[in-house]
Amino acid sequence: MTRTGRLLGLAVGALVLAALIVVPMGFNRYGLYILSQWAVMSIAAMGLNLTLGYAGQVSLAQGAFVGIGAYTAAIMTTHGLPLIVALAVAIALCLAIGWLLGYPALRVQHHYLAFVTLAFSTLAFLVFRNEEWLTKGIYGISAIPRPVIFGFATSRPLPFYYVCLSSLALVSLAMWWLIRSPWGRAFMALRENPIRALSLGIDTRRYTLIAFALGSALGGVAGTLYAPLTQFVDPTPFTLSLSLDLLLMVIVGGAGFFFGPFLGAMIAVLLPEWLRITEGYYLMLYAVAVILLLIYSPTGILGILDRVLAARRTKAASARRQAAQATL
Amino acid sequence: MHLAGRRRRAGRRHGGAMSNLLDLLIAGLATGAIYALVAIGFTLLWQTSQTINFAQGEFVMLPAFLMLGAMHAGAPFWLAVLIGAILSLILLGLGFKLLLVDPMLRHGVLPLAIATMALSLGIKEAVKQFFSAEASPFPSIVPAGDVEILGRAVSLQSLGVFVVAIVAVIGLNALLTRTSFGHQMQAAAQNPTVARIIGVPVERMILLAFLINALIVVLAALLITPIYLAKFSSGETLGLAAFIAAIVGGFNSVRGAIAGGLLIGIVDNLAAAYVSTQYRAAVPLILLIAIILFRPQGLLGRREERTV
Repeated sequence: MTRTGRLLGLAVGALVLAALIVVPMGFNRYGLYILSQWAVMSIAAMGLNLTLGYAGQVSLAQGAFVGIGAYTAAIMTTHGLPLIVALAVAIALCLAIGWLLGYPALRVQHHYLAFVTLAFSTLAFLVFRNEEWLTKGIYGISAIPRPVIFGFATSRPLPFYYVCLSSLALVSLAMWWLIRSPWGRAFMALRENPIRALSLGIDTRRYTLIAFALGSALGGVAGTLYAPLTQFVDPTPFTLSLSLDLLLMVIVGGAGFFFGPFLGAMIAVLLPEWLRITEGYYLMLYAVAVILLLIYSPTGILGILDRVLAARRTKAASARRQAAQATL
Repeated sequence: MHLAGRRRRAGRRHGGAMSNLLDLLIAGLATGAIYALVAIGFTLLWQTSQTINFAQGEFVMLPAFLMLGAMHAGAPFWLAVLIGAILSLILLGLGFKLLLVDPMLRHGVLPLAIATMALSLGIKEAVKQFFSAEASPFPSIVPAGDVEILGRAVSLQSLGVFVVAIVAVIGLNALLTRTSFGHQMQAAAQNPTVARIIGVPVERMILLAFLINALIVVLAALLITPIYLAKFSSGETLGLAAFIAAIVGGFNSVRGAIAGGLLIGIVDNLAAAYVSTQYRAAVPLILLIAIILFRPQGLLGRREERTV
């Protein structure tokens, strides 16, 4: 990217961030709730993007990892432990489970991870519903406290929205760093050309596993924010359909693009609020739209944008070449 | 599961742990035969065009509602079945292949699989919107009542389901492995390039696989809907069961799908009787994970070349 391009990108980023900080100040409780949910889902989708977009594996368990994170936070904070401890436990738990799930599945064939995670998703839901001593079963865990950060209570919607937003910012920074690290480059190498990556000495299975485990851990991070956001956790949100929703978010936004999950989460969380007039038809139209999008551009909306930009760049380059030839 | 519940009661009426076990096995074979049927369709699509159809369960649910819709419009049952079958051939066979699989296939296996997930969401929501979110009863093709076999009462429905499904499964297996048509289809699936050279109409074979799948799901709908009722979400459980059956048996073999289906059906029914009600749904899933761990090619499957 050119220098001006990078500056422009930074300016746009700063502007969006400022808008995300300032504009919601006037929002009511519900608006803030939806926006916080967008931030939380963006984190979960970003994790899945690491698995799907960068390492090229389908995981159908991201919703289950969000559930594990949410239950960890709910159980620990209602027992008086601080949220940050719950966060650490959730990350460790999801990393470990991700590793255990991915290890056998990735031994076989790429699509087997989809099968194993599908089964795991359903199993996790059964555990959430049935282990009443731990999760209180279908009655759920209520009165989950919101954290106190550096002496500031975040129990009101606006401060807690800022907690979600700053978590999203932190996760984004970490992700930005990760995909530029040798690990991130290895992830991309094995998505683009696994055989070449293998012959270049990259242990493809290990890196795929790392990507999946890290992505799952981000699901756990999203979950630890989800619990204090809703302040009530029961099994119903964490069925297979949450995993599917998250998967579609990543796909719609653009798998493998840094900003894909933000866009996808926005479409999945905010659009239904704006399209209330369509009522029950919304999900049906959404499904049709996703299929059409997949046929036209399997890399999502940002994929279309990327293609348009690339076409313009080639055009500009060939124009420059022609101009250069003319002067010769 | 209704079927298992009914069998269990029948077992208790006649007493004895052994007879109970036998009843469970019979009921398990009946549901298992349906799973096998759906799993065969699943493996057919995978073999001929690398389609992992995550909407296979919804493919069984939709024809039931198409038939119910025709019946609500005043058609007699046989006509409704005919209409359902024709619509299913058009929508789930031809339409699915031409409108979704063909344009998606060039993007690879996983995008296509994700597209079928979106499709399953779309079908569920469409049925919920245009028909009903409630469960509707569905007429059975087998009359109600019990027959006496070896001194034990066996419900006609479960027996009928088993017989019809097994006949269909055996017929399909014979069609695919014994006839020239079946050999051509296998050739088209295993090595399209060579198949084309020796004169197999590969494109037509692939289309036929989709049409066969469309008929399979109609038959499965006819068999299973009277037991589980017609509901927009009923495809989820069935799809998952067929899915597990296909993997357990072997993703790339019809025989595997049959064995896997019967096994899952039996495991399912035994789990309903002997495992806590909360965790009975977990048993097939654990079986799936165990198979992937220890025998990833499935019980009867061939090992596929590892793609890195």
